[in-house]
Parts: sequence; structure tokens; C-alpha cells
Amino acid sequence: MHIIIILIEILALFALVMLHVAYATYFERKIIGHMQVRLGPMRVGWHGLLQPIADGIKSFFKEDIIPAGADRPTFVAAPIICLVAMLTSLAVLPFAKGWVLADIDIGLLFIFAMSSLASYGVVLAGWASNSKFSFLGGLRSMAQVISYEIAMGLSLVGVMLLSGSLNLSRIVEAQGDSILGMYLLPQCLGFFVFFISMLAETNRVPFDLPEAETELVSGYCTEYSGMRYAIFFMAEYIGMMVMASIGTICFLGGWNGPFAVPFFPPLWFVLKVYLFLFLFIWIRATLPRYRYDQLMDLGWKLLIPLALVNLVLTACLKAMIG
Amino acid sequence: MTASIKQTLECPVAEGEGEHYSLRMGPQHPATHGVLRVDLELDGETIIECTPQVGYLHRGFEKLAENRTYSQALILTDRLDYIAAMANNVGYCLAVERLLAISVPRRAQYIRTIVCEMSRLASHLLWLATHALDIGAMTVFLYCFREREILLDLFEELCGARLTFSYPRIGGVRQDVTTAFVDELQRFLYIFPSKIAEYETLIDTNRIWLKRTVGVGVVSGEEALSLGLTGACLRASGVDYDLRKHQPYDAYDQVEFEVPLGSDGDIYARYRCRMEEMHQSVRIIQQCLDQLPPGPIIGPDAPDLLMPNKASARMEADSSRYGTGLIRLIRDRNCYLEGEIYVATEVPKGELGFYFISDGSSRPYRMHIRSPSFIHIGALAAIAKGEMVADLIANIGSLDVVLGESDR
Repeated sequence: MHIIIILIEILALFALVMLHVAYATYFERKIIGHMQVRLGPMRVGWHGLLQPIADGIKSFFKEDIIPAGADRPTFVAAPIICLVAMLTSLAVLPFAKGWVLADIDIGLLFIFAMSSLASYGVVLAGWASNSKFSFLGGLRSMAQVISYEIAMGLSLVGVMLLSGSLNLSRIVEAQGDSILGMYLLPQCLGFFVFFISMLAETNRVPFDLPEAETELVSGYCTEYSGMRYAIFFMAEYIGMMVMASIGTICFLGGWNGPFAVPFFPPLWFVLKVYLFLFLFIWIRATLPRYRYDQLMDLGWKLLIPLALVNLVLTACLKAMIG
Repeated sequence: MTASIKQTLECPVAEGEGEHYSLRMGPQHPATHGVLRVDLELDGETIIECTPQVGYLHRGFEKLAENRTYSQALILTDRLDYIAAMANNVGYCLAVERLLAISVPRRAQYIRTIVCEMSRLASHLLWLATHALDIGAMTVFLYCFREREILLDLFEELCGARLTFSYPRIGGVRQDVTTAFVDELQRFLYIFPSKIAEYETLIDTNRIWLKRTVGVGVVSGEEALSLGLTGACLRASGVDYDLRKHQPYDAYDQVEFEVPLGSDGDIYARYRCRMEEMHQSVRIIQQCLDQLPPGPIIGPDAPDLLMPNKASARMEADSSRYGTGLIRLIRDRNCYLEGEIYVATEVPKGELGFYFISDGSSRPYRMHIRSPSFIHIGALAAIAKGEMVADLIANIGSLDVVLGESDR
């Protein structure tokens, strides 16, 4: 019986997240459209509301092309690795008090592990496509993920120190008595590093080098089409949501808000995640793209030292108060 | 198997020497502005060797012109730099006028100056749009197209076409400007400077934009001269060379404007130069509108093919002799002056030169086009060497090449 309930919960979460992915693309196109003095999708349904569904059907029925020179098993596996890793990390996210599939004690580490695993998908896709553009995209992704994973990990160590736990639910609860009920102010340096690393980790502008369309055509997914491409796309958006959730949980106080909402506890959590997603989109509409070596410079010479400084400061603070 | 492993093990790798590989960028590539192919020799992402390949858009204009009368060859120039077709038309007409010693009325000269500068604005807007898009700033792209649309509408109001105009004629222009056109243009000139400021807020002081452009693709003044760069690419390196100022044609000697100069010769300097040029273009158009003299728009000694002014009379006269109007034009066997001439004008991309050899017939014996894009693409190899792939894209954008003009 317990298993059936868990399965239903998983299914509900999966459906909800997929719906969010579909409509995140819609809102991205709408928001960027309005920022760029155009309308965005308008044709399918009222104000283009059915556009994501039309896109889904289109990519599902498209011809599945695997290039002749590609390494077939790896080529097929790569998008699946991405998607599975991203979906798995959803399991440990607490959406509200007790609203979590797997309340494990190493939640934060688990998320890191999964997001690193997803980058294998990208690297393998670049490798297996047997195209030089894909290959370069894969290489860039590898370098980017390695450097920014470190910065991101370090930026969250401060949060771990303050909360004294790796369990995501407990991190949220620990924030209750800090200023505004969130770690944003005591950990502002950490949040800065985390936010930039988050953009890099999810391959978003201004760090979208692995798929920089004006340089590498489409980067690691140049040779992908139809549903396989759509899977990469989904993985990217779920990645955005997971990162937004981590930001919300670790810095913005998770599901805690100015007042409790009895009938829908995750309301504040969802709103904060939407805020993050909007920031992702806003930044995409505004900023140009970094160059590969400048990205490395930023990661190693600015973010990692900053994260270390933050770590030392937090430790001192904790030692003085505690 | 063992042999190959052994081979790999024994292969000596010199210290600090990586493995090179080649990458063919284009002709179908999102950032090569048409059908430019660049053969790259890469070490990681650093460019060891860069060889631009042109010719995918070759249509043989220079040869085609030999089989057309001077009036007919005008339409070929529309398709050179299709982003600023008006400037090419004017350049061609000026060259033929100089060759055939035809005078142009003052009003036509002013109108030509206006349309030339309008096409400079249209071209620079498209340049900024695509250049920013190449570097990743997507919103600037659409902002620029918003204003370019107004310009294209204005062109449509003026001559009915939005891209390939054939509006200037040898000895003048085709139609007079309407009051609606002048009013609309005035309104555009009024709002446009604030729009330039809007683009600049998005990228001018953006740290990422500065990182991508300052100190990248540096060309010194001497290098630029020896590579044959012209236009904003040369002026960004600090060389004061602008044909509008130094060999004035049409009404350019009647208006006041400055030639914006850079000093660093990098992508950012070229960007600043073109942005300033847009301000100057607005100034020039404003002065031309204010000074626009009355009078005819086509000279009395202009060759045939004037539509619609002379067309009906021409058709009548010709139909009695040959049947239809067009035949008369093709059979035009007037004796023109013999000789050769090179006339250059400052088009948005640089110096566009037309070189004619005339044997006294109605067709050019030889027409050569000195297209700035072709020469700028040639310079790409020297500029991009040693930089990264992402810089190559920024450089192509900043040299502002159009393949229609380069391949002719």
C-alpha cells in the first residue's frame, strides 16, 4: 500500500513538473517576446496558450535522425542520462513541510551528484554525435561544469555551516529564526556566488557556451532532432527548476513566507521558484555571452575565492556566536 | 591492436605542442552572415590558421554588365550590398555620370545624399543587430529591426521598393520626394537619436560586452591600410579617411558633419565609430532636408530609361520605329566617350569603387567593382589569427561584411 501511495506521489510530481516545463517554455517566449517589442506565440490557442502542447506533439512525431557516423548506443543514451538525472533530483526537494518524496539526510549532496551526472549526458552527446561542433560544445560543457560545480558547492557550505545539516527540510527549518526568515542577508556573498554558478550550471545566458548558437551552431545538440532534442530541452528546464528550488531552499527560506497559507502550503515556495525562473529569462533577454576563457577566469579567479572568503567568514561568525 | 597502441605510446609529443584539428565553419552557419565559409585550423579553441573562402554567392555581375547598357546595368548594383542598395545605386550612377560627363541637378544631388545616408542608417542598424546577436545580446537585434522597419517603409514611400530600389538614375533620380515622405523622415530623425541611446544602454557599458570587444581583433592604423580596410574599420584604427569628406560627391560638400575616429582599432572602437556615424548621418539628413533646393530631379542630358517621366513619350516614339519601348533601349547604340575611369564612394561598408573601361559603345567594355566586403574578408585571416573561435564570430560581425557584395 505504501508503495502505491509513493508511486502515485511520484506520478503526480512528474506530471506537475512536466506541465511546468511545457509552460516555462511558453512563458519564456512570452516574456522575452514582450521585452523585445513583439508578442511571442499568438497562433495556437488563445494568446498561444496551446503552443507548448503543439510543440510537444510536433517533436514527438518528427523523424528520428541518428547520424551515420554517430556512436549509436551513446547517442541514444545521452539525452536519457540528462533527463533521468534531473528528474531524480526532484525527489529530495521539500515543497512544503513534509511535502517531500525522499526526506534523506544528504539531500544537498544528492542534488550535486545528480546535476554532475547530468553533465555526463551533455559531454557524451557531444562526443557521440561525431560532429566537431557538438564535440566543442561537449568540451566546453565539461570545463564549465567542473569549474562551476566547485564554486557552487563552496557557496553552499556556508549554508550547511549555519544550518548544521545537509537535509533540505532541516535547512529550511533552521532559517526560521534568521533575519526575514531566510539566509539571504547573512549569506549574501554565498548567494551571489550561487546565483552566478546556477546560471552556468544550467547553461543559461550569459554562460550558454555549450550551445552558443552563433558559434557552435547548436553545440552539443547540433545533431539531435525530434524527441531526443526535446528531451535535452526538458532536462535543461527541469535543471533550471531544480536550481531555482535549491536557491529558494538554501537562501530564501523555502516554503516559509510572511504568513501561512493553510489550504496550499507550498505557495511561497512556488512563488519564489517562479521569481528565480523569471530572473533566468530576464537575464537571457538582457545580457550578451561570455567567451570561453573569460568564463573560466570568472569561475576560478572570482567565484571560487569569493566562496572561500564567505566560508571563512561564516565559520568565524558561527564560532563567535555559537 | 597492439601495434596501434604501441604506435601511440611511441609517438613523441613535444612540450607545449597540442594536437591541431580543422573545422569548416559555413557556408551554412548561423553567424557567417550569408554564405561565407571559413576553414579553421584549431588548437583547442584557439585559431592557428584561418582561411576565408568566398564565392558561394557569385553571380557574375561584372560580366553581366558587359552585355547591358549603362542604364540597364544599374539594377545589378542593387544586388551587391542588398542591405544598403541605395548607396550602391548612387555609387554606380556617379561613376557612369563621370564617365559620360553627365550633369546632375542640385535637387537630385540632395535627394541622393538623403537616401545614401538613410541606407547608411539601415545598414548600420542591421550591422548592430547581427553583431550584437553574434555576441549573444538578443534584444538589441529586435530593437534595431524596429527602427530599420521605419526606414524601409520610408524607402517604400519614396520609390515603391523596400530592398532593391534602383531609385537613383544616371543623371538624377527617378521620382521626386513627396511631402508625406519628408514629414515621415522628419519624424524619424526626431525620434532616432533617443533610440540609439536605447541600444547603448543595453550594451555600451555592459561588462560582458566590453570584455568581448575591448582589445579583441586589434588592427593598427598601418596594418589596416596595408590590408586595404576602408570605412569604419579603417577609421576605428585612427586613419582619417572618408570619401564623403575628402572627395565630396553629391551634396556632401554642402553639409557639415564630422568623421568619427577611433584609436584602438579593436572591435569596440569599430562599434563606437559606427554608432557615432549614425548620429552624423542623422545630422546630414537633417541639413539636406532643410536645404533641399527646388528644381528638376533629372538632368537634360541623361541617357534614356527614365521612368516614369519620359517613359510614355519614349514608348510612343520607339513603337513607331521598333514596335515596343524596351527594344529601343536595348538597341541604344549612342556613341559615348571612350576611356576608363575609377570612381569611388563611401558606402556603409567602406569604399565602393566602380572601374569602367568604355570603348565608345553603349555598354561598358569592362566593369570592375572594388567591393569593401571582399577586401575585409581577406583581412579576416590576419585579424583572427591567434584568437578564439568566439572572437572570430565577433570579428566577422565587426568587419560588417555582406557576401552579396563580396562575391558579386
